[in-house]
Amino acid sequence: MTTNTSTRFRSTTQAKRSRRSAQDRRVALLFLTPAALGFLVFLIWPTVRGIWLSFTEYNLLTPEKFVGLANYERLFSDPVFWHSLGVTVQYVLINIGLQTSIALVVALLMHRLTQSTLLRGIILAPYLVSNVVTAIVFLWILDVQFGVANQVLEWIGVGKIGFLSDETWAIPTIALINVWRHVGYTALLIFAGLQMLPEDVYEAARLDGAGEIRSFFSITLPLLRPIMALVLIMTVIGSFQVFDTVAVTTGGGPANATNVLQLYIYDMAFGRFQFGYASAMSVALLLVLGIITFIQFRLTRAGSNDMN
Amino acid sequence: MTSTTKQLRRRATRTLAFGAITALALTGCSVSADRAPVSNTIDYWLWDTSQLPSYQKCADQFEEANPDLKVNITQYGWNDYWGKLTASFIAGTGPDVFTNHVTQYPQFVSLDVLAPLDDFEAINEVDQQAFQEGLTELWTGSDGHQYGMPKDWDTIAVFYNEELFKEAGITAQELSSSAWNPQDGGSFEQLLAHLTVDANGVRGDEPGFDKSRIKIYGMGLSEAGGGQNGQGQWAGFAATNGWKATNQPLWGDSYNYDDPRLHETLDWYFGLVDKGYVPAYGQFNSSDGTLGQLTSGAVAMVTDGAWMNSAYASSERPISTARLPKGPDGTSKSPINGLADSVVKSSDNPEAASKWVAHMASEQCQRTVAENGVVFPARKDATDITSEVYASLGLNPESFTDPIDDGNTFYLAVTDHGADVIALLGPAFEDLWANRTPASGLTRTNEAVNKIFAK
Repeated sequence: MTTNTSTRFRSTTQAKRSRRSAQDRRVALLFLTPAALGFLVFLIWPTVRGIWLSFTEYNLLTPEKFVGLANYERLFSDPVFWHSLGVTVQYVLINIGLQTSIALVVALLMHRLTQSTLLRGIILAPYLVSNVVTAIVFLWILDVQFGVANQVLEWIGVGKIGFLSDETWAIPTIALINVWRHVGYTALLIFAGLQMLPEDVYEAARLDGAGEIRSFFSITLPLLRPIMALVLIMTVIGSFQVFDTVAVTTGGGPANATNVLQLYIYDMAFGRFQFGYASAMSVALLLVLGIITFIQFRLTRAGSNDMN
Repeated sequence: MTSTTKQLRRRATRTLAFGAITALALTGCSVSADRAPVSNTIDYWLWDTSQLPSYQKCADQFEEANPDLKVNITQYGWNDYWGKLTASFIAGTGPDVFTNHVTQYPQFVSLDVLAPLDDFEAINEVDQQAFQEGLTELWTGSDGHQYGMPKDWDTIAVFYNEELFKEAGITAQELSSSAWNPQDGGSFEQLLAHLTVDANGVRGDEPGFDKSRIKIYGMGLSEAGGGQNGQGQWAGFAATNGWKATNQPLWGDSYNYDDPRLHETLDWYFGLVDKGYVPAYGQFNSSDGTLGQLTSGAVAMVTDGAWMNSAYASSERPISTARLPKGPDGTSKSPINGLADSVVKSSDNPEAASKWVAHMASEQCQRTVAENGVVFPARKDATDITSEVYASLGLNPESFTDPIDDGNTFYLAVTDHGADVIALLGPAFEDLWANRTPASGLTRTNEAVNKIFAK
């Protein structure tokens, strides 16, 4: 009897539970479908199609023609592709290096000195300006004839600099323009991470006689590691995809000095109608980014946390 | 190519076009030939605002003669024009007829979006003998079909600031009789030197001249040094040194950028930058073009095309024109180029479209265009009308018509793979100007270009 009642009882709760979980599943599906559809239509499908196109010759107007690995063979012997990759890496190193260091300092200052939301707003402001607008404004500021920056350089006796027209200056200049725009956003991400750090660890350190600098290197940096890893992975991917600032300020010139990979891919596709080869380069960029992200993930042990 | 092209805006709009076209590509849109049933409205696109009024007049004439047809003219600036056109071909929403340019049309031919004009009855009735010599050939493809109906033509000449010439004590006669050579630049370079003034007021041919601080340059330069064809810049100079861009005048399949005669011309031409007579790359904002340089008084002369006449004439400064200097072969040579109207293959009413094209080539419409005085019309009998308008603006129309009359014109390169050629040679030419590399480096680029044709 007892066993009977208990099984009956169990079976009814089970039934109830499975009815509830079936209901839950329906609701979950309802909520998941739009996102999943968007993911399929706007991410998975274009990626699969892009990979397919990388094995074809395609100009948008006539049907694609399968050419096997020809596009990838061309990629390996295309000096402009390798040059563009080199220029892009140079840009990423300057951009990410400066941006992350400055953002870390700004975040620490915000964390230690002020909680003002107004200040946080101001620091984030450049990020709210569109990339194209930023680029156009800097194009004028740095203009050799009429630019404010060059007027100032003249006054202090340095002389004019072709920030965007000189081969050696162009990439660093573009990298700095984007540092200006993104540093606030990066700082806020790090700032959020800083706020999660437990105060008692610092208290203990202070009791043990650790100063500001010692606390920073022994507590803040190690504990911040997962946040920094996330910030780096996100900003490096974004940095590799630089396009608009270059397209507006230099258009890849002078003499390919700023022809970053995205710009080259764009021109190959929409300027030269070689969508197959452009797709192959995009796939190559995808692979490069995948590898870099994997390495970053492993090196920074982004998945683990020192606070446990 | 219009040198008023605002590079800045071009880049900005390119970014926008990127988004637009990507969206189209992602949605998998392709050309849909099956559009709405035959429509009686002809969509016509052009880029030049200053020519819009005359073509509107032509459209009114056309509608009067063909009451069942309507012409709807749309104007987009040069910077938006080609991106929008390409996107419209892909989306199947393009115009029926559009103004075409020689740097663009070979690609449209190879993409199979243009209708051969010789298929149309209305086109066969056009008297193409009345056109300026060489224009119909320019618009005939390598397959022998005609893809554009010539509507106007242009040559290149010197535009100069009369005030600055007077201050320098140089007469128009001295300029038009000057000559250049690749060794010492000849009398033309002497003129440039004398016209260049540094910040202390010292001229380029005087002792104590400071070439690092220039107030007025002898000659302006813009548009990335003219890209691969140097139409408004060095093409005329190179031609007088015996250089030809391709192995045959039109539709060649081998480029000659490895020719030492070109190299010595370019080393001399861009060498003027090192002497301080011509601005260095990036010295002037490229969006200003040579028009901005000359009309702001920052340079004494520029070389530019006939289509820019009214733009220069509307400046407050006294500007006149002269032929390009004579070269080592003893002549003054200018490239000849021109625009044409093309019919789009996917037009829903190609017959009506071809009628409109024929009307624009008619004497009636060509005279209307000529009276507007913006460009020289394709028809010879209407050329004098434009010349009179130019003369009334204080310009010398002969600077542009003489090269044709004495047979000293040549074509710019019109070949397949145009976009690839530009992509390879464009940066190489920027290198000559921006980084002042020797022109012999073009030999390697030329090999890469010719490899495309060998495939």
